[in-house]
Formats: sequence, structure tokens, C-alpha cells
Amino acid sequence: MIINHKKCVACANCIPVCPMGAIYVDTNINRAVINDDACVECGTCYRGMSTENLNPVLIRSIRRIAGFFRFRFEPEPDVCPTSAFEMNELQMPRLIRQIFSDPVVEHQTTGIKGRGTEEVKTNDVNLRVDTGEVGYTIEFGRPGVGVRFSDIQEMTVKLAAKGVIFEKNNPITHLMTNTDTGFLRSDILNEKILSAIVEIKTTIEKVEKVLNTVYKVNQRIDTVVAVGISTRCDGEGEDNLLAPRLEDLGIFYERAKTNLGLGRITNTISKTEK
Amino acid sequence: MTNTLHRYGKADSFNDDYIIFAIPSKGKNDKDCIPKLKEFLKICARHNPVNMGNGQRGTLTPEKDLGPSSHWNRSDQPDFESIIDGVTKPGTVSAVFGDASDATECLQEIIEADFGISVNISTSVENAKEAARGCGIRRHSVEYALAVSDPHDHLPNSQILSLSTMCGHGMVSFNLARKMLDMVREGRRTPEQAVATLTRFCPCGVYNPERAKRLLLEACREQK
Repeated sequence: MIINHKKCVACANCIPVCPMGAIYVDTNINRAVINDDACVECGTCYRGMSTENLNPVLIRSIRRIAGFFRFRFEPEPDVCPTSAFEMNELQMPRLIRQIFSDPVVEHQTTGIKGRGTEEVKTNDVNLRVDTGEVGYTIEFGRPGVGVRFSDIQEMTVKLAAKGVIFEKNNPITHLMTNTDTGFLRSDILNEKILSAIVEIKTTIEKVEKVLNTVYKVNQRIDTVVAVGISTRCDGEGEDNLLAPRLEDLGIFYERAKTNLGLGRITNTISKTEK
Repeated sequence: MTNTLHRYGKADSFNDDYIIFAIPSKGKNDKDCIPKLKEFLKICARHNPVNMGNGQRGTLTPEKDLGPSSHWNRSDQPDFESIIDGVTKPGTVSAVFGDASDATECLQEIIEADFGISVNISTSVENAKEAARGCGIRRHSVEYALAVSDPHDHLPNSQILSLSTMCGHGMVSFNLARKMLDMVREGRRTPEQAVATLTRFCPCGVYNPERAKRLLLEACREQK
């Protein structure tokens, strides 16, 4: 992401907009500046802000005069008055930031927007998590903190050592050099992203061990971790497996996503595909 | 964790927050699914949604190339038609409801339409059970959102978290949520204006403006 300094009027509207707090006004040049190391290329400033195309010279003059008289501005808080943000073309490894941070960019590996896969959202069609199994979505960096791949690797290595199965269609799994060890590509380890999701599956017996590992590793990595934990309901639509286990472990939840079982395979397969 | 599971709050804080979404599965039921996804959204639009999204945009979007006078005439009216028309490829489409009966009636109609595409509901566990029961269907699978682990104290207070996490993708920053809350407290913006600003930043349309307004008003009352 770039701020065009010929256009920027240092109004500072973009500063609170950035989810990573990566924008600040450099008082030496009186322009907004992006801290490239903190920026995750999520595009919120560029895409999320409304824009005007006002004359920068005129706006700077007005701001100087009003500032001198200590007038209080009441500009719209989400508007860049001079359309100063520009998206530049990114190359690897920096491109990985955008892929994992900008929700309107599609993951090439999964074909869906977002940081994970279809998870249990399509479990009625794909049956990724069957009866007696537990699916985990272990997410790093969200909400609002961000994470580096080196921290994610710390978790994946520990989980791999526990013998978990990584979801093969997950973007993080695609970045592993070895799914048995959990190591990620070395060229991306220092890249920071808004969030990423590691997806694994175990039997119900391993829930406690996996969650203990996740929370223990989280003590060592400087970010937030959010865990989603899923299972298939029984024939009556009840979960008499995972919910009681979580209760036994003293783990509580307020919200859930429920697959209502309305999906089915409808694609027809042609003779050549067969 | 899925976007809508990031919403922060106790279970009863989701009594005005029901998200119903449809998602085709790649290679399984994504062929010719566009008309079905559009029809799904059309059904949702008939049951008083507070927001809708097609993966690319929500009902309130950033306004580009505003004129100098537009500050006084900004639109805060949801545009459902554009969401429906904007479905051009397979992906998640969603609608947010602020009322249990609207969500349940919508779900009933979706079940009758029988699209063959996976449909999920995201709200509190009990609300989802009730909705499924009300429609006479059995839940297939469930994903619970466990509390966010934050051993290094990165997260802000619960008011900011509740407002910010309604954009599950994290595009509503903590600082923007804090700024809008402060602007409402200071009387510099109405709750409706603040909510419209926050909603514009959520590109997939799952931000719940009704819940956000309630949270803003509650936060202002607590301050007083």
C-alpha cells in the first residue's frame, strides 16, 4: 500500500481506520506514512475509506488557517479527502500478506475468499468431520492483532509432534514444507498477516491434549489465538459428544455456527470426468 | 475460526443477531449455483434483514469520488438489489437478522426452496437450536467458538471488542470502533451515523447495524 504524498493532506482520518495501527503522521514532512513492517496489506484504508478528489493545495491551506485559529474540524471520519491511497503491485514474499489479510482476495489454494476452507460449513456435503471426530480451526492474529508466520510455525510444529492431521486443503497446510514436522516455507516466516487458520482433525479423546498444547504455545507467541471446535451432530440433531466433553474440561462458549444439513451433491459428472 | 464466530458477547447479547448464510461446495454443488444463490438472497430480502452480503460487498459500501457537498447527504439506506445482482460467481452469500422470528421465517422459506446448497446459521447455541427446532429440522454439524486466548493483553475492552468483531474479517479496527463510540458520547455523531460508518468497512456484509446501535447506546449509558 502506498500513500501518494503529493495528495496527502495529513488529515489523519486514515489512522484509526487501519486494523494494525500501521499509519501515522510524520510531522517532519506533514504527511501520513505507512509503517511497512506493521502493514499487512489488508486494503482497509484503500478499499474501506470513502474518497473525495479535493485539491490538496487548497485543503492544506484551509487546514493551516483553521489550525492557526484552533478551529475544530468535523470531517467525515471515513473519508480520504484527496484519494491519496494507491495499491501497488506486490511480489512474493510480501504478496503473502495480502493473500492472508485482504478478504476480497481469493486464496489460490482453496478457491474461496477468507483464511480457511469450507470447514464444517459444508460438512453436510463433504463430511470432513464425521461422528466421533473433532475438527479444530485454530486461528492466529484475529481479532485485530496480526501474526507472523514464524509464530504460526511454532504452533504447527508442536501440533505435528502430537500426531494431528492437518487439513490438506487449508492454505497454511499448503505452505508447509513437510506436514509431518509442521515446518513452513522459510521465505515467508518474517511476514506479518492479519490472521491465518490452521485446521486439524482428531478423535474426541484428544480434545484436551490438543487444547492444552494450543494454549501453552500461545503463552510463547505474541498474538491472540481463537479456537473453533466442531463435530457432527447425531441423528436427532444433538451433540452429545463434544459439548459434554468441553463442559467436563471447564471450557465454555457463547456462540456457534450450525450447519443445518440442507446441502447435497448436485453437480453432474460428465463421462470424461469419470 | 469462521468470521461470524468472532463476535464478542454473552449468549443473550446475540438475541438480536442471527446470520444465515449459504455456501456452495467446490466440485460438489457449485455448478449452476448462481441463480440459487440469488434466489437465496431474494428470500432473505423479504424477511427484514438488517444487512446482506455477497462476499464482495455489503449493503452499505464506501462511497468513492464524493463531491464537497455530499458530507451532508450521505446514504445510510441498505441497497439489497445490488447485493443480489452482484452475485457473479460461487461463494458465500449471507443475510443478518435482528429478530428471531424474521430469521426463523426466512429459514423456513429457504428449506422449502430446497436449493441443495449448505446453509448455516450463526448465533448463540440456543438460538440456533431454537431456530432449527422451529423449522422442524435437525442440525447436521456444529462449530463452537471458544473464548479468544490473549495471554499478552492485546485486546481492548468489551465495548470496543463487541463493536469491532462484528466484521469477522477484522476490517473494523479497534481504533475506529473506539473513535465512533467517542464521537457518539461527545454528541458529534448520532448512533445511526456512527453505525453507518462502521458498517461501510465490512466488505462481506455480516456487520449487524442494529446490534451495533444497541451496543453504542448501552456503552454511552454505562459511561454516564
